[in-house]
Amino acid sequence: MDFPIVQFLFVLLLATAVVIARLRDLFAAAMLTGIFSLLSAGMFTLMDAVDVAFTEAAVGAGISTILILGTLSLTGRMEEQGPVRVLPFLVVLLVGAALLYGTADMPAYGSPDAPAHNDLTAEFITGTDEKIDIPNVVTAVLASYRGYDTLGETVVVFTAVVGVFILLGGRGRKDAFEVPGESERAPASGGVAPGEEAE
Amino acid sequence: MSAGNPMPMREKVVLRVTAKALIPLIFLFGLYVQFHGDFGPGGGFQAGVVFAAGFVLYGLIFGLEAAEEVVPPRAVEIGVAVGVLLYGGVGVAGILLQGNYLDYNVLNPHDPSHGQHLGILLVEAGVGITVCSAMLAIFYSFAGRAK
Repeated sequence: MDFPIVQFLFVLLLATAVVIARLRDLFAAAMLTGIFSLLSAGMFTLMDAVDVAFTEAAVGAGISTILILGTLSLTGRMEEQGPVRVLPFLVVLLVGAALLYGTADMPAYGSPDAPAHNDLTAEFITGTDEKIDIPNVVTAVLASYRGYDTLGETVVVFTAVVGVFILLGGRGRKDAFEVPGESERAPASGGVAPGEEAE
Repeated sequence: MSAGNPMPMREKVVLRVTAKALIPLIFLFGLYVQFHGDFGPGGGFQAGVVFAAGFVLYGLIFGLEAAEEVVPPRAVEIGVAVGVLLYGGVGVAGILLQGNYLDYNVLNPHDPSHGQHLGILLVEAGVGITVCSAMLAIFYSFAGRAK
């Protein structure tokens, strides 16, 4: 490694995170979360996890930013200044310290002795070539070896949409009940969706 | 989303022209990512998001109503379920062909690796349809409330 580019990206990532936490302007914070995802995608690419990097760039930097902006158009641009709370800050410090302590037990980055590399990896790499016959091992693992997990993930996406429809009313229902929809939406700005109260 | 905006985005020439030039390329790239997932990085999940991003960009520039004429909300709701059903259906097809659930080898008894190709293609298509529709459904729900 000539130029410590991963470390450089990590410093930028840290700086972005600190700025996001301190900002009161939520529009700028939304944009910075997009930049945060893009920096993470850059780091994943350098770590040869291009599939993960691709997902992070598309979902984190693209769609998530748009959804956060969509939410901002419903709520408001500035965060209200609440009282300074000490206990949450201590909890964050404690959890952060515990996580740092936990990383000490993790195998070194790229270590061939890491447990993840010693169980099924050899089967995935040779088996993809012999049994599935496609070049991309990641796709073979996701769609074939771990087909159940990917099915589960797809169902999670489906469930998320069902949840959004229940909370936000969905488009079809709003069109069907235009008049009650108008009266219901007014108190919804308080934070509780009408569908939630009805549950 | 354009509520309270003094000038709609579609009247801004630079945005409109750039979006019109970019949207076909985004769809083309989405298809490439979908069908090239066997060979390079990508697959149904990423392709679905990229494809949805094209429609979302269209909606941002030309307005939610225009986007809903291109992809009706009803089609999006159906798409979310169709993708999951396609994925699960491939698994059921495996059982009907006397294999295990989600066993792609039996999809082509003469050439198991071709069965794998077919299974992966269909399953990735299911993921792509669900993810693309899900992203659009969430976008419609959020943007629709802002009006």
